[in-house]
Amino acid sequence: MRRIKSRSDLERWKEEILSKQKEYEVVVSVCGGTGCHAYGCKKVRDQFAKGIRKNGNGRRIRLKFTGCRGFCERGPIVTVQPMGIFYQKVREKDVPLILSETIEKGKVLEHLLYQDLVTNQKATSEKEIPFYQAQHRLVLGNNGLIEPTEIEDYVGIGGYGALAKAFFEMRPDQIIDEIKASGLRGRGGAGFPTGKKWEDCRNAPGDVKYVICNCDEGDPGAYMDRSLLEGNPHAVLEGMIIGAFAIGANRGFIYVRHEYPLACKNAEAAITQARRAGLLGKNVLGSGFDFDVEISKGGGAFVCGESTALIASIEGRVGEPRSKQIHTVTQGLWGKPTNLNNVETWANIPLIIDRGSEWFSSIGTEKSKGTKIFSLVGKVKNTGLVEVPMGITLKKIIFDIGGGPQNGKKIKAVQTGGPSGGCIPASLFDLPVDFDSLTGVGSMMGSGGMIVMDEGTCMVDVAKYFVHFLEEESCGKCLPCREGLKRMGEILDSITEGKGNEESLSLLEELAEVVADTSLCGLGKTAPNPVLSALRYFRSEFEDHIHQKRCPAAVCTPLMQYSISETDCIGCGACKKVCPTEAIEGERKQGHRILSELCSKCGSCKDVCKVNAVMVQ
Amino acid sequence: MERKTVNVTIDGRSLDVEEGSTILQAARQFGIYIPTLCYMEHLSPYGGCRICLVEIGNNGGGKTFIDTSCTHQVREGMVVQTQSRKIIRARRMLAELLVASAPNVKLAQDIAARMGLTKVRFPMEDNRCILCGLCIRMCYEQMDGRALGFAGRGMGRRVSMPFEVRPETCRLCRGCDYVCPGVIVPCQGVKEPGELCGRCVRFEEMPKCCPTGTFGCFCDQNPL
Repeated sequence: MRRIKSRSDLERWKEEILSKQKEYEVVVSVCGGTGCHAYGCKKVRDQFAKGIRKNGNGRRIRLKFTGCRGFCERGPIVTVQPMGIFYQKVREKDVPLILSETIEKGKVLEHLLYQDLVTNQKATSEKEIPFYQAQHRLVLGNNGLIEPTEIEDYVGIGGYGALAKAFFEMRPDQIIDEIKASGLRGRGGAGFPTGKKWEDCRNAPGDVKYVICNCDEGDPGAYMDRSLLEGNPHAVLEGMIIGAFAIGANRGFIYVRHEYPLACKNAEAAITQARRAGLLGKNVLGSGFDFDVEISKGGGAFVCGESTALIASIEGRVGEPRSKQIHTVTQGLWGKPTNLNNVETWANIPLIIDRGSEWFSSIGTEKSKGTKIFSLVGKVKNTGLVEVPMGITLKKIIFDIGGGPQNGKKIKAVQTGGPSGGCIPASLFDLPVDFDSLTGVGSMMGSGGMIVMDEGTCMVDVAKYFVHFLEEESCGKCLPCREGLKRMGEILDSITEGKGNEESLSLLEELAEVVADTSLCGLGKTAPNPVLSALRYFRSEFEDHIHQKRCPAAVCTPLMQYSISETDCIGCGACKKVCPTEAIEGERKQGHRILSELCSKCGSCKDVCKVNAVMVQ
Repeated sequence: MERKTVNVTIDGRSLDVEEGSTILQAARQFGIYIPTLCYMEHLSPYGGCRICLVEIGNNGGGKTFIDTSCTHQVREGMVVQTQSRKIIRARRMLAELLVASAPNVKLAQDIAARMGLTKVRFPMEDNRCILCGLCIRMCYEQMDGRALGFAGRGMGRRVSMPFEVRPETCRLCRGCDYVCPGVIVPCQGVKEPGELCGRCVRFEEMPKCCPTGTFGCFCDQNPL
């Protein structure tokens, strides 16, 4: 690899790459995100490589193994350029067909196209798919264009151009002013203005400063940061170099959890390439600025996403938070000024520098600018990563992009912000999605998890799940978080078991408020949010559990009663055969009966009954 | 060298205190009582028990927030309330959580009594360690032993020696033992083990309940 020593070097390199890329007639991109890996995209890629080699088309066809394209539910995804054909759910056996039909003859394979679930219309290209139509893929869009382990791909789409601009056209304080003017707020969840943070760090006394990229994403059902770091690691690196230059830091860390092996691998590869290309190390791009990044792998503790715990973990100590009266921007890693930002925040930086703060601030709402990536999961038709401009309504995300509910059930609520966020009921779906409105209704932006729930979800059960999750992930340092969450879990357990009483709810509420007020770090302070928001909007469900001893969504097993309808039962005996506890009695051709004292409430009888005679209450 | 001072208001009293001291130190200096648990002079503040919470605001009004007084340093123009409604409510709840998890630790009972707790709404457990971390800091900071540390996370957190084996650095100085609130057994009184006591501060029950007649089970100051 060549070493880039100046801005003109970079431009020359880019031109060479572009002319080299022009030689390829066809580009086949196989999605290589973790989601698609689970579907076996590696085999699909290998099959393509074999097929292309066999036909001797290696010079004509470029095979790319890209990062996550967001539509993970439909993986593995394969696109063929320049035709722009979008194939979904591609299996190994489809590969020869794609090679012979689509690539050789230009024919579109109907059975691999995306079919709209409502209109049954087939979509040939990405643009025609409703999932992508309402999105604004600024940060995530490049994932599909580049191979994350190839620096040339990134440079080819204009990568590191923003870095050159920052180095040779701007002074550090101008960069900070630009970021401040753009209105970018931290994407990690709290939404602290990034420019302000940088300025504080720059002004903090000290010669040695650090920048950190936080990729310790641990919310259940959220994987934006992972996809970004594994799909486009150079964008994150470029953002970090610009940030370090503006702040005056010479060393950076990417803190990534060990459970993200692909993200670790790709980031590692990107750092090595950037070092070889002279974009990291001494005298970056011939500007006289030294900067290097290393990867610090975390053990996967949820609490290590908290800045002080993360810093403790990088230092090699136990990942526990400390009191934050003195901010990390003045006293962070090894007591030195440290600027910590989320993966997505760093990935936004090159865009802002490249296209200007004015362009960036034209997207979004008054106080929340730009786009935000959400991982849309749960009971919607289309799940995956979506990138939307701030201020879009929840309705649009859930119904237009997500395609509405599965199985015709009604959508009841959406849980945003993971375990620190709250549930937003369907009546508030016209709410614009930005930092302040979400906080206003008792939830939060968080890192961007969005779990859609329908009528079949019990809100008490959801609250219980998150409390138990946090109870396990709490570091145990401070009393309210350690003991308080345990007690909250106990109370919620008793409610779902039908043992709750009048006092349970008021005690739960009081406890939740105290835990939120008094905990040491962000984990404990936001931990009661799922409970408090569920109590705020779905109090009647809690009351049903307590007073009527009934779970409206039929989720809480201890409160369920199985019975067989006498009128519907045809006496086929299928239920009797599958019942593991022999709790069903009845003669053939006659009505059957469930003995409630023996019933283990496994639901097998309901599954096998052909006439839907098994009822749950 | 003249010492720099800052002006802070604690519970309505305007005080000049040394710069760099914590709210707790400032309050104690002027005789304002803030209950503590995991704090001990000459050991680094830990901020784990949260009992010493205070409400902190600014001179000009505005929003207040809650933080532990043992870790928060004084700042010019700071307005601190140690007994606000919010603080008292939070402390009572913390005391309830504490005594429910370790009813047979004297300090837990003392704090519960101090907060005027008469009922515990959680099922009682019997933990002997309240995870205040005093022994660890004593060993590390004062005895240079480095023989103790926390192991495990969340519910499973416990004080442990490295790999559960006594290291050579431990000189059996018993500094850990000396500071541990868990080794002080509460007065047995008429209380069943594992139940909330505090009868010594409920005057109507006091005369008969205290077996020694000295009410010695309730320690007026921080027993440490």
